[in-house]
Amino acid sequence: MSVIYVLLAISITVALAFFAAFVFSVRSGQYDDTYTPSVRMLFEDEIVDDADKTNQDNNLIKQKKSTNQ
Amino acid sequence: MANMTCYHCGDDCGRHKVHFDDKDFCCNGCKTVYEIFTSNGLSTFYEIEAAAGTTPKEVRKKYDFLDNEEIAEKLLEFNEDGVQVVSLSIPSIHCSSCIWVLENLNRLHGAIASSQVDFPKKTIRVTYKTKDFSLKSLVLLLGSIGYEPYISLEAYNKKKNRVDRSLIYKLGVAGFAFGNVMLLSFPEYFEVEEFWLDQYKLVFRWLMFAFSVPVVFYASQDYFISAYKGLRSKLLNIDVPIALGVLTLFLRSTVDIIFDLGSGFFDSLTGLVFFLLLGKFFQQKTYAYLSFERDYKSYFPIAVTRLGENDKEENIQIYKIKVGDRILIRNQEIIPVDCILIKGDAEIDYSFVTGESQAVFRKSGDKLFAGGRQLSGVMEVEVLRSVSQSYLTQLWSNSVFSKDKVSQFQTLTDSIGKRFTLAVLSIALVATTFWLFYMPSMALNVFTAVLIIACPCAIALAAPFTLGNMLRIFGRHKFYLKNTNVIERLSKIDTAIFDKTGTLTTAQKETILYEGVELTADEKALLKTTLRASNHPLSRSLYGILKSNEIMTLDEFNEHTGKGIEGRVNDRSIKVGSAAYVGKEQSPSMTSTAVYVSSDEDIKGRFVFKNTYRDGVSKIFGELENKFQLGVLSGDNDGEKEQLQNLLPSNANILFNQKPEDKLEYIKQLQKENNVLMVGDGLNDAGALAQSDVGVAISENINVFSPACDGILDASNLTRLPTFLELSKNSIKIIKLCFIFSLCYNIVGLYFAVTGQLEPVIAAILMPLSSISIVVFATLCTNFIGRKLKIFES
Repeated sequence: MSVIYVLLAISITVALAFFAAFVFSVRSGQYDDTYTPSVRMLFEDEIVDDADKTNQDNNLIKQKKSTNQ
Repeated sequence: MANMTCYHCGDDCGRHKVHFDDKDFCCNGCKTVYEIFTSNGLSTFYEIEAAAGTTPKEVRKKYDFLDNEEIAEKLLEFNEDGVQVVSLSIPSIHCSSCIWVLENLNRLHGAIASSQVDFPKKTIRVTYKTKDFSLKSLVLLLGSIGYEPYISLEAYNKKKNRVDRSLIYKLGVAGFAFGNVMLLSFPEYFEVEEFWLDQYKLVFRWLMFAFSVPVVFYASQDYFISAYKGLRSKLLNIDVPIALGVLTLFLRSTVDIIFDLGSGFFDSLTGLVFFLLLGKFFQQKTYAYLSFERDYKSYFPIAVTRLGENDKEENIQIYKIKVGDRILIRNQEIIPVDCILIKGDAEIDYSFVTGESQAVFRKSGDKLFAGGRQLSGVMEVEVLRSVSQSYLTQLWSNSVFSKDKVSQFQTLTDSIGKRFTLAVLSIALVATTFWLFYMPSMALNVFTAVLIIACPCAIALAAPFTLGNMLRIFGRHKFYLKNTNVIERLSKIDTAIFDKTGTLTTAQKETILYEGVELTADEKALLKTTLRASNHPLSRSLYGILKSNEIMTLDEFNEHTGKGIEGRVNDRSIKVGSAAYVGKEQSPSMTSTAVYVSSDEDIKGRFVFKNTYRDGVSKIFGELENKFQLGVLSGDNDGEKEQLQNLLPSNANILFNQKPEDKLEYIKQLQKENNVLMVGDGLNDAGALAQSDVGVAISENINVFSPACDGILDASNLTRLPTFLELSKNSIKIIKLCFIFSLCYNIVGLYFAVTGQLEPVIAAILMPLSSISIVVFATLCTNFIGRKLKIFES
């Protein structure tokens, strides 16, 4: 029956591992903002890539115009 | 075509419609943002949510102070090796499109490495390279797409405050221990005399002990601290019986397992702490993007333009302004210090300081007070007092602003807690005395059992869940409270005092009356054409109400800032402006704002602007007058006395010309006998809001400035104030019902305890059962009475 020690040790190790994961997630700030990630995950990479490249120079001009309006 | 809405911001396009790329825009600003987005491949912005944009405001020069490295350094979070990180508050973040475009800022400028939005806090954190980019360029870039950051003196002063996550940790620890202890204590619930159970129970018990240690010494330490503090100030708060219960549970259980008397109450102990912390967590609803602690610091700019020798402009931090400095105040900027006007026209809006809604004109040589907003053009002033010595800022040195309303208020739970503790202690003593004579070996068992079972878990949970849920219901109906304590204080209110300007009246629309000789059709058309060319707020509101449709081409147009405007077509001319400008003597009795009109130098009459009361003001007073003593305090002159008297019941106090200190004093006087609710809106009410038992700020737009207060109510829901007050009272009734319920549980538990039959399994059933049923009852009841607000809506 001493197998119960092994089982207890395993179960407590697993539990502690999850507890450590929880502490890590809180510490890294994952609970600070619980709303934005739920929206962010729904975005796809909608950006039209070529538009960005062809307009590179154009952008800079626009930039200047808009910031110095 | 009449109701065209802007493709970018969704506003009505109105008369200055801009057509571009087959789409309509309300102004050039919106069109420019559209151009920036589409040309950078960000047109998805419009697909995520339609018309989600914000019209950009002109930000030229306003942010020049960011060039000053010392100031910029204070705002930056990180600045090393050509990389800077900054967190900016952007009040206009409001939808998923905003999140999307702001997180794709790197598409707009290559120097931006990454940007991350925190939606609930309405902040953005941007990492960028400083090579040909800077904080100022970032702010201007954000401004140009309609997301102008809000940089105030408060951001400059802010300490790098760490987020307090201790409650989450404690909750995690308690929950973790609770689950594991439950699992380990399960075999012993059945008391089967099995061989292997007997053999290993010691291991199980000591493991449970090990799990309980962090719960007692870490997770529940707040209760011990609070109980100790309470006892030291000779108060028996609710935390005293809780701390006593936790301690008894732990000691008794430890003794039990050491001497092999039983399995102990570790399951109840960890469960109790877990539920209590859960209640605390639930109560802790905060509106991250709202600030209830604002003072002048969040209203004042960080820096001003100082004129050095040879009129050289330099940006300095406003704490560095010295008496005698000459500073430049531009259009729409706040005057940060008391000063004397030297050059330029001053049209100052003091509404935040005094509550007076109309701007005042000042000539050079006049004294200007801090807190006013310049409305027309650039002016040059000489500083009379430094920032901390100025009239407005001195208001904040009043002691009411450092007063803590929460600690002064005895909550219902605490007042019950006192009686409860005394009752429990006397029951425990009586029962122990009885057992000492009857069967001395049981005495200690009974004593501890009483303290364990009487631990007022359910009582302590009733208030957090009822009030926490009510707080959320209020929040859904745009009444945002600082904490749950405010609801309890609201329920005790018997006097309601209102500010007038901005609270009962709205700046959104004005009533304009014409007095004088009727204008001819020609004159009307000319007047309207002239007004069209002016950007002054009064001209714009006047333009809006004139019915004439004929628009002429003006031969000549002159705007005399601070005086009036003049328009000329052929040989006809029209002048609109102040009395002095059109050549009329201002009548001294005149108390409201008026614009005079003269045609061909012949005075025709005047347009009188009157404040409009919000819809339903009379209804609010009608509903409140039976239950509350009412009053109005106004910073304005008494021009509208009669109108107010008609709105209010006859016994109400109406006082005019109240300075901020007067309001504070008045509330203080009232508080000698009453519990006062103050409803206000601006800095001028800040003292009264802080002094009152509950201070509620009315706000047209909850993202912009509101003074320090206990609650922020969206102006559109002002009419529901009576309902909110009633619901607060009902919440207290629910809490009382919960108390009765939990007392029933306690009586059942005490029966087991006093008769010496308290088994761990009974405690383990009774405690969670009472807690959970109270939580369910409180939540259902508050949701039920909260429906009253929804019925209103439909």
